[in-house]
Amino acid sequence: MKCEKVPLKGWRELPEGGTITEPGSSVLFDASAWRTSKPIIDQNKCTKCGLCWIFCPEGAIKVNPDGRYEVEFMYCKGCGICDKACAVRAIRMEEEEK
Amino acid sequence: MKKIGLSGNYAVAHAVKMADVDVVAAYPITPQTTIVEKLSEFVANGELDADYINVESEHSAMSACIGASMTGARVFTATSSQGLAFMHEVLFIAAALRTPMVMANVNRALSAPLNIWNDHADAMAERDSGWIQLWVSSAQEAYDTTLMAFKMTEETRLPVMVNLDGYILSHTYEPVELIEEETVRKYIPSKPLVNRLSPKTSFSVGVVGPPEYYFEMKYQAIDAIERSRSTISKITTEFNRSFERSYDDIGTYGMDDAEYALLTMGSMTGSARVVAEEWRRKGIKAGVISIRTFRPFPVEIFRQKVSGLKGLGVMDRSSTPGGPSNPLFCDVATCLYGLKERPVLQGFVSGLGGRDISLENFRTMFKATMDAADTKSPKPCMYVGLRE
Repeated sequence: MKCEKVPLKGWRELPEGGTITEPGSSVLFDASAWRTSKPIIDQNKCTKCGLCWIFCPEGAIKVNPDGRYEVEFMYCKGCGICDKACAVRAIRMEEEEK
Repeated sequence: MKKIGLSGNYAVAHAVKMADVDVVAAYPITPQTTIVEKLSEFVANGELDADYINVESEHSAMSACIGASMTGARVFTATSSQGLAFMHEVLFIAAALRTPMVMANVNRALSAPLNIWNDHADAMAERDSGWIQLWVSSAQEAYDTTLMAFKMTEETRLPVMVNLDGYILSHTYEPVELIEEETVRKYIPSKPLVNRLSPKTSFSVGVVGPPEYYFEMKYQAIDAIERSRSTISKITTEFNRSFERSYDDIGTYGMDDAEYALLTMGSMTGSARVVAEEWRRKGIKAGVISIRTFRPFPVEIFRQKVSGLKGLGVMDRSSTPGGPSNPLFCDVATCLYGLKERPVLQGFVSGLGGRDISLENFRTMFKATMDAADTKSPKPCMYVGLRE
């Protein structure tokens, strides 16, 4: 999964009529501005059960090669479902930009 | 070229048949019905090889047209009044998705009270939809303009609305000179449209445009209609040359030396001319200007046509309740604002809901325009023909 912010194109460069010509464009979609709070995973409490990964509606939880669960903030909308799903309360929601 | 007696609606239907459309999706509504009725007859008897889609509403008609246009098909629909209003949200989609199509809108008043007669409220309510809006003043012009509209829509990839006045044009029979079908086919040959859906191509259309993209996408359609001015003029000039016609973005009578003029749209133009001729016989330099291309508004040409005028009477056949003035007047005032020399403008609203605009009404309007210009003090919008 590539996850990088791409520079936004000007109106002349965009395909006519809002057409999307390549598949998989949602990967490029930056939803981070939608958040009002962000999940913080306490790696000491986390049991790596994968509940947050299962419940996240955006697929914003990724598993690192070392087995740790982390949030991909470009896709996280801050809905807090991971926080509610976590069985050991290893996730807390922290308000964005107080 | 042969001349036959046709109603405005049948003239449109013949043009659509000759343009060899691939898809017609329409829902009947008075006074448009006889256009699509005739087309369904052409399809049924094999004169036109097209898919005729019977839909359950105008909303679906416009949606079906967008889908068909996306595949590269040549598409036509027709409607009036409440039908056009019911298409409202889909009209904006057709324009912004850049789907070529031609629609005849047979102008009719909007309810309430329910009224099937002519005024321009239906089209005016859609003037911000991004469609090219053309207005005609005879059955011949309806036929010719519909043919040109197919060329315009395919070159600009913007939908084109051809407006003709309900009953006055739609149901009145006039001698119409039809171009040979073969010649029309050469004039608008079937051509594959770019960037269209097919089993061989894959792309997504009608997608979400979040704040990061919407503005740019919308601006593309704004830019397209701005640029369409030159395309429309080019196509009109070519058509004139090929078929010995004399259309312009703005029609004029007596404007070479006119001092006072009336500005009209659609079928009113004929009566306005009769009265202008009458005033010319009295030695008054009267003229008539009629807007054929309302969107995009031909700003520069309009400014040229009115230069030197003392007074201009602007006739709206619709209203903007509570607005500073009415749709056509607002456009005209905006065009002239900032010019050092401009005519005195006098606004009129007349002929709502099919109320006949009599020659006497036109005389009243010419007189009021002259008075406004001579005293340099125009009156607030005058509602001509309204009973007190």
